[in-house]
Amino acid sequence: MSDAAHADIKKHVRVYITVFAALAVLTVVTVAVAYLHLAFVPALILALMIASVKGALVAAYFMHLVSEKKVIYWILILTVVFFAVMFIIFPAAHADQAGSM
Amino acid sequence: MDIPYTVTPRADTGVFNAKLGVWLFLASEVMLFGGLFSAYVFLRLGVDDWPGVLDGTAYDRASDILNVPLATLNTMVLIASSVTMVMAWASLMMNRFDRYKLYMGLTILAGLIFLVIKYFEYSAKLSHGLTPSDSNFLAIYFTLTGLHGLHVIGGLIVNGYFWGPGSKMWKTNPAQFTNRIEIAGLYWHFVDLVWIFLFPTIYLI
Repeated sequence: MSDAAHADIKKHVRVYITVFAALAVLTVVTVAVAYLHLAFVPALILALMIASVKGALVAAYFMHLVSEKKVIYWILILTVVFFAVMFIIFPAAHADQAGSM
Repeated sequence: MDIPYTVTPRADTGVFNAKLGVWLFLASEVMLFGGLFSAYVFLRLGVDDWPGVLDGTAYDRASDILNVPLATLNTMVLIASSVTMVMAWASLMMNRFDRYKLYMGLTILAGLIFLVIKYFEYSAKLSHGLTPSDSNFLAIYFTLTGLHGLHVIGGLIVNGYFWGPGSKMWKTNPAQFTNRIEIAGLYWHFVDLVWIFLFPTIYLI
């Protein structure tokens, strides 16, 4: 491997360590927030926000999505659409039936 | 028959074939876990109290039933294993096979620690007579964490193979071996990612 690529990977390694630290801190934060016993909705929103940031860090840096090819992005966009539809169907069905029970 | 494009990217996709394959597999995994997560939402929408009554006691919080410190520790273990996994790949990129062995070994060790902690968690529940059939809460808890645990076991088998007998490929085809570790990593990071959402939604909320 060329020296340039070698140096590039070394830079990556520093990023990985930083991401690790961020993930550890966010894990502590999410647990600490849980002990505050906030009301359900703010607690849920906060927990999902923190989880999303953590998930995004893992996907972007460990799974190299920051520098991936278009075809992978297209697969993921399609996945998000299918996931969203499936996720909405059940609560929507529930809301639809809620009044008639 | 040889699988084409194991090392060089295919012109039309821009990636080597196995990477596309693993991403498609992960897309199907999103739907698998997504279905269960939406089942979880559905179960919670249907009741006023969650986790609800268990053994005659009414619980307001999942954290009163589940062991949050152990699950927090497990979160840290899994995050650490994701870092060592990506370091294993980076080591191969830097031609350091010895480092690869070390980091992959640590990844496997962390995976095993995760399962041992999970075992203690499960046995504590079961020894108190708490089984999946006792409540919707326990059912979805065991189903989601159990499916996730199976994925950890699957990852350990793959990583164990690449640490042991599978690592012989480094001598004959280092570029393909490096790609294999990259995509095994994609799967392992995905399992970490699922846990990142599972932990707060099941244990903390």
